[in-house]
Amino acid sequence: MTATTTTSAGEVLLAADGLTKSYAGADGELPVLAGVDLAVRTGEIVALLGRSGSGKSTLLRCLAGLIPPTTGEVRYKGRPLAGSNPGTAMVFQTFALLPWLTVQQNVELGLEARGVAPRRRTEAALQAIDLVGLDGFESAYPKELSGGMRQRVGFARALVVEPDVLLMDEPFSALDVLTAENLRGELVELWESGQFPTRAIVLVTHSIEEAVLLADRILVLGSRPGTIRAEYPVELPRPRQRDSKDFGALVDAVYAMMTGRDRDTAPAATPARRTPGNTPLPPASVDGLSGLAEILAEHPGPVDLGALADELGLEVKNLLPLVDALDLLGYATADRRGVALTDPGVEFAAADVQTSKHLFAATMDRIPLVHTILTSLQRTDDGTLRAGFFRDLLAHDYTAEQITGQLDIATDWGRYAELYSYDAIAEEYRLDPAQRTAARAVG
Amino acid sequence: MLPVRDVRARVRRSMLPARLPWVRTQVGWADLVVAAAVLVVFYVVIRAGAGAAVSFTPNRPLHIDTDPARLPYYAVRSLLRMFAALAASLLFTLVYGYAAARSRRLEKVLIPALDILQSVPILGFLTVAVSALVGLFPHSLLGLELAAVFAIFTSQAWNMTFSFYHSLITLPRELDELSRNLRLTRWLRLWRIEVPHAAIGLVWNGMMSFGGGWFFLVASEAITVANHEYTLPGVGAYAGAAIAAGDLTGIGYAIAAMTVMVVGVNFVFWRPLTAWAEKFKQEQSEAVDVPRSAVLNLLRRSHWPQLIAPAKRAVAEVLGRAGRIFGTDDRPLVTRPGRRRAGDVAFTVTVVGLVGWGVVEVVRYLRGSGEGLAVFAEPLLLGLVTLARVVVLMVAATLVWVPVGVRIGSSPRLARIAQPVVQVLASFPANFLFPLVTWVLVRTGSSLDVGGIVLMALGAQWYILFNTIAGAQAIPTDLREAMADLGVRGWQRWRRLIIPGIFPYYVTGGITASGGAWNASIVAEIVTFGGTTLTAHGLGAYIAEATTAGDHPKTLAGIAVMSLYVVGLNRLIWRRLYAVAEARYALA
Repeated sequence: MTATTTTSAGEVLLAADGLTKSYAGADGELPVLAGVDLAVRTGEIVALLGRSGSGKSTLLRCLAGLIPPTTGEVRYKGRPLAGSNPGTAMVFQTFALLPWLTVQQNVELGLEARGVAPRRRTEAALQAIDLVGLDGFESAYPKELSGGMRQRVGFARALVVEPDVLLMDEPFSALDVLTAENLRGELVELWESGQFPTRAIVLVTHSIEEAVLLADRILVLGSRPGTIRAEYPVELPRPRQRDSKDFGALVDAVYAMMTGRDRDTAPAATPARRTPGNTPLPPASVDGLSGLAEILAEHPGPVDLGALADELGLEVKNLLPLVDALDLLGYATADRRGVALTDPGVEFAAADVQTSKHLFAATMDRIPLVHTILTSLQRTDDGTLRAGFFRDLLAHDYTAEQITGQLDIATDWGRYAELYSYDAIAEEYRLDPAQRTAARAVG
Repeated sequence: MLPVRDVRARVRRSMLPARLPWVRTQVGWADLVVAAAVLVVFYVVIRAGAGAAVSFTPNRPLHIDTDPARLPYYAVRSLLRMFAALAASLLFTLVYGYAAARSRRLEKVLIPALDILQSVPILGFLTVAVSALVGLFPHSLLGLELAAVFAIFTSQAWNMTFSFYHSLITLPRELDELSRNLRLTRWLRLWRIEVPHAAIGLVWNGMMSFGGGWFFLVASEAITVANHEYTLPGVGAYAGAAIAAGDLTGIGYAIAAMTVMVVGVNFVFWRPLTAWAEKFKQEQSEAVDVPRSAVLNLLRRSHWPQLIAPAKRAVAEVLGRAGRIFGTDDRPLVTRPGRRRAGDVAFTVTVVGLVGWGVVEVVRYLRGSGEGLAVFAEPLLLGLVTLARVVVLMVAATLVWVPVGVRIGSSPRLARIAQPVVQVLASFPANFLFPLVTWVLVRTGSSLDVGGIVLMALGAQWYILFNTIAGAQAIPTDLREAMADLGVRGWQRWRRLIIPGIFPYYVTGGITASGGAWNASIVAEIVTFGGTTLTAHGLGAYIAEATTAGDHPKTLAGIAVMSLYVVGLNRLIWRRLYAVAEARYALA
């Protein structure tokens, strides 16, 4: 792990000091960011890389002055922010174009806000549109454009105000693979050409390859709560070749850092006892994780996730929750070499529907939230409990939104394992009759 | 290919140099039609508007000429009132909705207030408004005109305001972030982001409310307050005069004129507007089934939009600069909790203080008038009678119109024909048809206690039909086919497919219908035809009698109790049904 081997010695444009951010949960404050320090200098592209829930988007919005940090501060050119950051412009994952304005009107919006005269505004907008390769689309409306073209408008709109720092929030993740690759290439070309009207870029991404492809520096964020866990300078010459050895080595190193069952900081490493609080369920459906298990079963030995993702036409980020789920269930192990099924995993993958249900049910002891729901239900007289009860149990560790997600997964898994059912109208969990007699036989 | 896109493709601004646009093309027939239409509108407005300032002595009611040749003039006067009210509603909507959405404190007061306002029987207030405004403008019709506009306004504004407020608070997060990140001015944010985002909801709600407004137009053009008859020139007054004379032909003419107005405004104004509002759709792809309008196509085919575009831009530019005084759209990152709390406390104390003072004043007023709080007893009892009428009406309307609606909605061909018709029926002011029903009642010697239900149903039932059709149309074809394939038919089909499918729509229609029925009871429980007056027992008749006699304590009590009934029913029944519909029966 490299602490601070910043090579660029440019002026610090944007800096965060001891940034923490927590949201009000039902039961006290829930930290999203816990102590982030970073500096963005002139002439560099910084990638904030992390999995979902690492607070990377929150961090970006703190840098933009869109949300207030709980403690710590963000400084732009040495001055602490009091409101939205005047030196940044943002490119959004969802483009955030106004569908009722033409491309040109969308691009002019920021200039209009600055009170630029109409003639100059048009001039600058046309220039920016030209720069991103949208010449001829000035009078088109966003809905007439493809996704890639829309994001170009997003870029033009941000660039036309010539911000010091361009902030990009997963700008390519809503695009198809080829379009995204093309746009990335053009971005790098533009950046290298010296025509780029901004002095630095901060890119939020969950794609390791994208970070290695674009950034001068990668900051890896750890999850729950987010901290900067590692920093990798990227000194590969541009344009970078994905198939070069150095590129692959760096991707592997970052990948290992992110997936290798984190030695020091991760809360889920080897907790004394797994509880619903310290073991969040990954957002994986039973169908999804069985599907992955079946694919893995076809490969003897560990499978490299990157290669698998390519093969399936997916991104690694899509597979990670499924891998986590298999790992949690004891069906697979993940390490530097890749993912491999365990013996129970192989058995699960090969089983027919009824058998796989039994096998799945047998592993539910390992899943803290499902286990909690099951044992709680068994202790009631009528075998029913309101969802609110479990919401309260989780309130200490999760936000309301996260609790909904956790319970959804536990409901899905528990239903599949035929442990309990859930009535969505009454918001009530009901013990499966078979489990009831089982509990009685034991008790 | 959508016509919308054709036009856009042709007007490439970047391809037009600074040359004047009208040099470029010759004037087409579309331009002439549009220009002539604008001229006619100006002329009509000026002619009709001049009449509003006519001096008048309130002692003598204005004479309404039942000569059919006068009808067009009356129709225009009525239309002007409708549009004046619409403009007022729009202004109110923008200010009130914005305030509620932007201020955390105001929101706590404004939104519950709006919820109650929309349940208040507007007709009860009409008389108060008339006497107040006539007092303000003693020697012209302006006071009466304003009172009528006010009545229509109160039937339109609440819905539109709710819609706007809802759009404001559901603005997608990234659009909010975009606005702050680009440091837009508040003015620019409102007009470039917030109002366009709310536009579709505003237009559709405006159209629906406008439809409801006709009822109040008719009710407000001929009204008796404190035994004093007030009349405004208009179609409603024309019908009133014909009714008073027992002139069935005159009533027929009035109904025909009304139909032309309802259909005409729909064709010339609302259809184009809804088609135009399509451009504000958030979804990023071209929709297949969009509202179209021949009038809008004509406008777009003409060169007028391009001609006025530079002027429009210049005006927007000037307003944009002026709007800078409202400041930049930014939220301070540092808030002082102490100051915030102090503000909250001050605000709460002020509001509670004002409300408390108001309540004390009301009680004192009721005491002073010799009635005391006992004045509420009678309307509470009578409310039960009207409630019974509303319940019978709802059950009957449901039994009749739900099967019909499902039949229509299940057949695309039938729906295409029936839906515009039902829409017109729903906006057609039911009180216009009252005299016909009354005539039948008088002839057959029936009691209004039962007949009143029919009168109330005349307006309210359409909402149930209208929404049932929409619900039946929304049931996916593959579900229908699956049910047919499985041999699910008869009652089982209704129970498993149709009722769950239309339920959310039915509830929406039910809320509107029941609210409308309560409001209609004020005019439906006392009716006159020729020289005969029929009266039913009920809260509506109570309010109507109190207002006619100018008995303010009773009017107040009646309106308050009716609001209580409507709000109570909404909370106890409709809201719950709505929640169930949302949670369980939404066909995602």
